Amino acid sequence: MSNAVTAKKKGGFLAGTANYLDERVGIAGIVKEFGRKIFPDHWSFMLGEVALYSFLVLLLSGTFLTFFFNPTMAETTYDGVFGPLKGAHMSSAYASTLDISFEVRGGLLMRQVHHWSALLFVAAAGLHMLRVFFTGAFRKPREINWVVGFMLFILGMAGGFTGYSLPDDLLSGNGLRIIDGMLKGLPWIGSYTSSLLFGGEFPGNQIVPRLYSLHIMIVPALILVFLVIHLFMVVIHKHTHYSGPGKKDTNVVGYPLMPVYVAKAGGFFFIVFGVIMLTAAFVTINPVWNYGSYDPSPVSAGTQPDWYIGFLDGALRLAPTGIETTIGNATVSWNILLPMIVGVGLLGVVAVYPFVEGWITGDKREHHLLDRPRNAPTRTAIGAAGVTFYAVLWAGAGTDLIATNFKMSLNQVLTTMQILLFVAPVFAYYVTKRMCLSLQRKDREIVLHGHESGRIIRLPHGEYVEVHEQADAYQIWKLTDFKEYAPTLARPNEKGIITVRARIRSALSKIFFEDRVSPVSQTELDAAKHHGELH
Amino acid sequence: MANKSKKFSRRSPFAAVVVVLAGLLVSGGSYVAATAAVTNTTKAEVDQATIDTGKKLFLANCASCHGKNAEGTANAPSLIGVGAASVDFQVATGRMPGQASGPQLQVKPVQFKQEDIDALAAYVASLAPGPEVPTDAYLAQSGDATHGGELFRINCAMCHNAVGAGGALTQGKYAPSLRNTSAKHIYEAMVTGPQNMPVFSNSNLSPADKTDIISYLQYVQENPSIGGDELGNLGPVAEGLIAWLAMLGGIVVITIWLGAKSN
Repeated sequence: MSNAVTAKKKGGFLAGTANYLDERVGIAGIVKEFGRKIFPDHWSFMLGEVALYSFLVLLLSGTFLTFFFNPTMAETTYDGVFGPLKGAHMSSAYASTLDISFEVRGGLLMRQVHHWSALLFVAAAGLHMLRVFFTGAFRKPREINWVVGFMLFILGMAGGFTGYSLPDDLLSGNGLRIIDGMLKGLPWIGSYTSSLLFGGEFPGNQIVPRLYSLHIMIVPALILVFLVIHLFMVVIHKHTHYSGPGKKDTNVVGYPLMPVYVAKAGGFFFIVFGVIMLTAAFVTINPVWNYGSYDPSPVSAGTQPDWYIGFLDGALRLAPTGIETTIGNATVSWNILLPMIVGVGLLGVVAVYPFVEGWITGDKREHHLLDRPRNAPTRTAIGAAGVTFYAVLWAGAGTDLIATNFKMSLNQVLTTMQILLFVAPVFAYYVTKRMCLSLQRKDREIVLHGHESGRIIRLPHGEYVEVHEQADAYQIWKLTDFKEYAPTLARPNEKGIITVRARIRSALSKIFFEDRVSPVSQTELDAAKHHGELH
Repeated sequence: MANKSKKFSRRSPFAAVVVVLAGLLVSGGSYVAATAAVTNTTKAEVDQATIDTGKKLFLANCASCHGKNAEGTANAPSLIGVGAASVDFQVATGRMPGQASGPQLQVKPVQFKQEDIDALAAYVASLAPGPEVPTDAYLAQSGDATHGGELFRINCAMCHNAVGAGGALTQGKYAPSLRNTSAKHIYEAMVTGPQNMPVFSNSNLSPADKTDIISYLQYVQENPSIGGDELGNLGPVAEGLIAWLAMLGGIVVITIWLGAKSN
């Protein structure tokens, strides 16, 4: 693309090439359109990029692995270099994973790069989602892109889980056994669904090739499709930015893609790549040779899924056992169904939140300026409660390691988590909301009275006052530029009836906006300035 | 004719008895020989003086809980018949004498010299027969590590983790890490079943099986992961922490640095 920039100069190879391309594919127009795309500068806008770059690393390292991985469950006898498995019977999938680890040149590094970048991909996507949530970047017109991003997160989990299950070692087999158990826990259709997935009784000899198709073809293809939609929508909507002088809902203030962000993003790709390579070079991940070939009878202590499935595993561990209902000829095992409902429900709430908030506020305006989290106290509090709920489920997956490493009783850790799952989010909600409101009040204080300078002066009549320094214009802008919402009343419709829907909306609106701190108005600011000048 | 044929039957009426007797002698004898070979792991003859020393040590250090004749009290079990292996395991790993009651006895610095431990073991072994301290032949690392690994995963990994990193049990009890446990103590633990561990008798895991398991664990102890730091072999939880804190945390720090440049 740099060719086009130099195209204005007469002659030269670059100019010639640029002209050649322009006349055939209209590259000037493309570069003009994309090259002038403006992106604002802020560290929190780079989190999605981290996910994107880890996905690129995943594609590259994954392609390498497909050259050597043998996705079949045909039985073979291991004859490789790893001593404690020599002569063991195992599937070809596991044997080829061992060969990648021990005999293929660079194979272990690539396996570790692939696995570490998978963990980083989902983690970065999650953190990016949190940034989007807490800054209100999901508001109109970006609700659909939120759902697309959500789909990417789910696909990331799906890609990760199918990959985790491929090596056919003990750990991955145990993970599949849990999936099998969850499927079989579905009343009526359970055993049929499980048979369908595994091609007969678990574990069968079908699941690895099936997961392989999903893992290397279907899931990455879907991720690519959603990725393209996601980025395309970013281009259509333009990027959001934080409030500041001259930054409005109608513009984007930042630097152009060409050359600033091409250089920055290109460099940042190598930083992310470098972090992944360094980690992969120095830290073992999923040492499959330790787990041995899959055998349905043993389960190792400390068997956990990768982190992004951890919250579901935690939900299973925290669920009370022994609750069953018998309906007709089916047994409904709530100890399996409840965690599934909780997990799916949590994800569902995440997916629909933008639409719910949009409905409650009734705000149909376009938003391109981001909220500071404190300026949307209820949303921030809901987010904090959600993060806490997720975190307790997540920690629930590690109850055994928490118990051993911190010398506690496993049973007490479990009970504590069960209680925290309900108590901690409520606590987080109220504490966060109060913190946000207090921070808003502090902001008002700074705008109206300025910063404490630490300079005490004595007035002629003997009074001591501390001189407050006026906040600068940039800071005042940042602290005052947000919209205030007030609770909406339930109004009658055309027929003069106040519907239940309207009442619910009004009640929710009250929860959202009853406690609020108004931004400082111009009048208040002028009055404060006037007051300040008196000192 | 019938009589005659009976008279000249090729089988004497005692033949069956003789065969059964011979069979019993052979199988019983070989069983005795086999078990003798198995149980006579240390037949280093212990003299009475050692036993007496052991008894003195026992009375001074153990009798307050286990009773003056090792018969057990309300606080501690009887030690009659636990064998020398049990004493050697509990005392030489520092678990005994116990310091505090709790869900499980903790490993702590060993309080006795090995010769005193041997004397204690000799005294307890003199009370009633029990598992003996294994000889070096059973602790050789020449076993089949592949078979040992398979046995370990089937019999031990559900508590001790696939590579012996340890794991949680109920109510504050735990299966300890085997990363620094000696071959002798692993063998003794298998034959005596200390604390929450079940006994793996010789009919359950033969001495050769035990040697294989020990060979596997020795391999794991002596060959660190070729993939870099093992993160304690704790599996995906430790990996997730690294991904979030070290990788993503590090990258966020870098993004803040990159973002700050423009201000």
